[in-house]
Amino acid sequence: MMSEHFDVAIIGAGPAGLAAADILGKAGRSVALIDEQPGPGGQIYRAIATAGEQRKAVLGADYAAGSALLGALGHAGVRHIAGASVWEVTPEHRLSYSLAGRAASLSAEHVLVATGATERPMPFPGWTLPGVMTAGAGQILLKTPGLLPPSPCVLAGSGPLLFLLATQYLAAGLKVDAIVETTPSGNLAKALPHLPRALLSNRYLRKGLAMLANLRKAGVAHHRNATGLVAEGSERIEALRFRSRGKDHRLPCATLMIHTGIVPNVQISRALNLDHAWNDLQQCWHPVIDAFGATSAQGIRIAGDGGGIAGAEAAANAGRLAALAILADLGEISASERDARASADLAALNWHARARPFLDALYTVAPEFLDPADETIVCRCEEVTAGKIREFVDLGCLGPNQAKSFGRSGMGPCQGRYCGLTVSSIIAHKRGAAMDEVGYYRIRPPLKPITLGELASMELDDDDQRPAA
Amino acid sequence: MRNVSHFRRLDDAAGGKVTLTFDGEAIEARAGDTVAAAMLSAGFVAGRETPVSGSPRGPYCLMGACFECLVEIDGEPNRQACMTEVRDGMSVRRMHGARAFG
Amino acid sequence: MTTSARQPDVIVVGAGLHGLSAALHLARAGLKPLVLEKDYPGRHASGVNAGGVRRLGRHLAEVPLSVEAMKVWHEIAGLVDDDCDFVRCGQIKIAETEAEFDRLGKRAQEVRTIGFDHEEIIGRDELRQHIPAIAPHCVGGMICRDDGAALPFRTVIAFARRARALGAEIREGCPVTSIRRESGIWHVEAGGRRYEAPVIVNAAGAWAGHLAAMAGDPVPLQAQAPMLMITERVAPFIKPVVGAAGRTLSFKQFDNGTVLIGGGLRGHAVPERNLTSIRLAEMRTSAQTVGALFPKLAATRIVRFWAGIEAVMPDEIPVIGKSPNAEGLFHSFGYSAHGFQLAPVTGRIIADLVMHGHTGLPIEAFRPDRFNTRGEAVVA
Ligand SMILES: Cc1cc2nc3c(=O)[nH]c(=O)nc-3n(C[C@H](O)[C@H](O)[C@H](O)COP(=O)(O)OP(=O)(O)OC[C@H]3O[C@@H](n4cnc5c(N)ncnc54)[C@H](O)[C@@H]3O)c2cc1C
Ligand code: FES
Repeated sequence: MMSEHFDVAIIGAGPAGLAAADILGKAGRSVALIDEQPGPGGQIYRAIATAGEQRKAVLGADYAAGSALLGALGHAGVRHIAGASVWEVTPEHRLSYSLAGRAASLSAEHVLVATGATERPMPFPGWTLPGVMTAGAGQILLKTPGLLPPSPCVLAGSGPLLFLLATQYLAAGLKVDAIVETTPSGNLAKALPHLPRALLSNRYLRKGLAMLANLRKAGVAHHRNATGLVAEGSERIEALRFRSRGKDHRLPCATLMIHTGIVPNVQISRALNLDHAWNDLQQCWHPVIDAFGATSAQGIRIAGDGGGIAGAEAAANAGRLAALAILADLGEISASERDARASADLAALNWHARARPFLDALYTVAPEFLDPADETIVCRCEEVTAGKIREFVDLGCLGPNQAKSFGRSGMGPCQGRYCGLTVSSIIAHKRGAAMDEVGYYRIRPPLKPITLGELASMELDDDDQRPAA
Repeated sequence: MRNVSHFRRLDDAAGGKVTLTFDGEAIEARAGDTVAAAMLSAGFVAGRETPVSGSPRGPYCLMGACFECLVEIDGEPNRQACMTEVRDGMSVRRMHGARAFG
Repeated sequence: MTTSARQPDVIVVGAGLHGLSAALHLARAGLKPLVLEKDYPGRHASGVNAGGVRRLGRHLAEVPLSVEAMKVWHEIAGLVDDDCDFVRCGQIKIAETEAEFDRLGKRAQEVRTIGFDHEEIIGRDELRQHIPAIAPHCVGGMICRDDGAALPFRTVIAFARRARALGAEIREGCPVTSIRRESGIWHVEAGGRRYEAPVIVNAAGAWAGHLAAMAGDPVPLQAQAPMLMITERVAPFIKPVVGAAGRTLSFKQFDNGTVLIGGGLRGHAVPERNLTSIRLAEMRTSAQTVGALFPKLAATRIVRFWAGIEAVMPDEIPVIGKSPNAEGLFHSFGYSAHGFQLAPVTGRIIADLVMHGHTGLPIEAFRPDRFNTRGEAVVA
């Protein structure tokens, strides 16, 4: 069997991918919409197609709004390939993926990468203990199986998602024992100059303030400016130690949900060697794209948080813009029609962008997660500590790829997803060099491990004729 | 090593009952759950000991990215518990270090 | 005058293993080598290869060098102050059919007639003693008991460190862009600076063709991208490095449990951009080979594919020797995807040639001018 060919392959069925699929599907184009999850919605609207009314009430109106995007799946040309993880994307637009234990491939005229964001690594001693989970994981457990963590439950870190999770837990009737906020103390002062502009899109800010007021009213202990986090326990987490306002604290916990912001998921864009730029305020790399998601590679676009963190609504705008550009590239619409139809989404993106500088400055990641203490495991898979990385630098290691060779950081099954930023940043600090100079891991396929058996029985067009450029 | 503190279900959770075993012990889950969700709701937070140092690990990201939730499912090692749906009669086992190769 | 201010006696281009070994041996002989590397030591073939240290099945012309190199490997710490994680685990080439088995027998005989006895034939039973997990149809094999494997990047670092300790200087991030000879001195431009030395060693790996051409020595070098894949950690089940008589395979389990699979399959190389890409269809062939020889591995997960950039010559043996056209230029490149094992000895050869104009080892077959204008090797 030859692999199937589509007009457009979209990787990721979150808001960006769904919004793009809707426009392309309406225009009668053939679209493969591929996602690892069993249902559409991405991380933010996870399980939106199956959530009941009570669940929607717990998760809030923003979550429920995700239902509006599901129309994309009704178009005849749109094929939702669910439960499939893409492990290779080539510059020639061939995608290889695993579905139910079998590897397969497809190809497309255009590729739209809409793989969203991942949570930034938040390394501190003990973060590898069972019972320590990301706030994103907490939300997933809430959205799909409807699970609430055992008490005592502590939330630690920084960023809007941490407070959102606390709010959702309260709404579900769970007592949150404490929020341990690691937002650096100087941040508010640094963020204030961006406030006037942010007020122009003050819906976000109002929502944030309402969340904080709610938590206060519910009597959730809120420790600010926390530093020196250490999770204690032998078989699982038992307590969180930290310092706040000059005092040492030790909070017993059965679960600890941690979070310190989200960063673009760059696995595919890195594996494709696309151009990336460093964002100093957000402390992350993002692929270089234009307003329509075009990258440095022919026919490959990126939309949504994978192109830069802007949130769910902006992701849908970006998805529509990329789809319009693809329709123009396919000759389906003229350039002037593209621009005319793009104006509303472009304006909306601008509006969303107003709150960003304020939020970014307010929630910068605390220094201890960028340059963690020596004993902290930074590469969870291979159990490489921050101190080891520093030793490698002393031995002449200049960047993360050499660090791999020196001590296997980034070589485990997660492929550097949860250590890449940390390892680069430790090396940069130690060398006194810029992140851009230090660089990031070279990402290799398979982007998700596949079995030898799967690969051996894969049906594949011969790719030997592939040009070497 | 089961802990009394387990994840609690929201009342509205749908799905029929499914029974599986974790290290031989019968545990209950709902249809549509992932193996990770089933483990957590039964009070098991750890699914393996690492091949590097033997330290315990359990589900961390729940979104298929961290590979911390690896367990043996129906004899097949290193399966992602957070990406695998439960089935009636499924046998899930903890892994201890690198899995043996027959 | 500090040592680093002293003018270099030799400029070595390329901090792969062959460049570093040349620098190490030159420094040992009392000369001052300067190594210029466009990226960093071991960034390319030398740091990312499979680490096979094998005499087994080598081209007959390489056998004397390989045997000599193996003696050094067995006491590698004596040369570089580090064991490079070398293990004497043995290497085995498997025969799946009687015809393959006969061919291996003839080959071992051939090696014996030129005076070497490191290749031994083993039957079905001994094969299973060494590799209990092997598929039942395999009939026997050829073994080099004292061959083994080492960790490539660690080896590069050890060679670099030892070369430095002996007085060599290594500069990273210095791509050589031009070389010119004037009144007996090479003028070298690299990374925006100029350097001078009476002698140049060209150990620029896949990029060595440019340098050779600048000096008037056109060579039919091809940059290729040998591919490898590595699995998740599994419990130890095999010691020797395994190849196959009838298929392209190199198969090795590390102490940490990961299994490295490769051998001969090539991806795409874009040397100008330091890029490689994978040919999935070829990788699939590799996975099928493993499936045929080690059926129980089918459920084992592959964590990563990669490819390195390597110089391959049309006759798949290296170029080692004095330039036929330029004074004071020595070549050491084109190791054609099996140069890791030879490195301890090629540096010695280059040092011999630079210091004395000749070497005790047979290198006639590696002459830089052995190719005709069509790029074919012309047997002398
Ligand atoms: C995937 C793979 C697997 C392999 N497996 C094995 C194995 O198991 N056993 C074995 O014996 N061999 C193996 N090999 C082959 C072995 O790695 C090579 O033969 C050997 O390392 C070549 O060394 P080198 O020094 O010639 O080249 P390299 O290591 O590539 O070094 C050349 C250096 O020159 C630098 N350079 C190039 N041009 C310039 C310039 N103009 N200025 C400055 N610097 C420059 C490059 O940046 C590079 O660092 C394998 C190779 C690969 C790629
Ligand atoms: S919990 Fe992270 S991959 Fe399953």
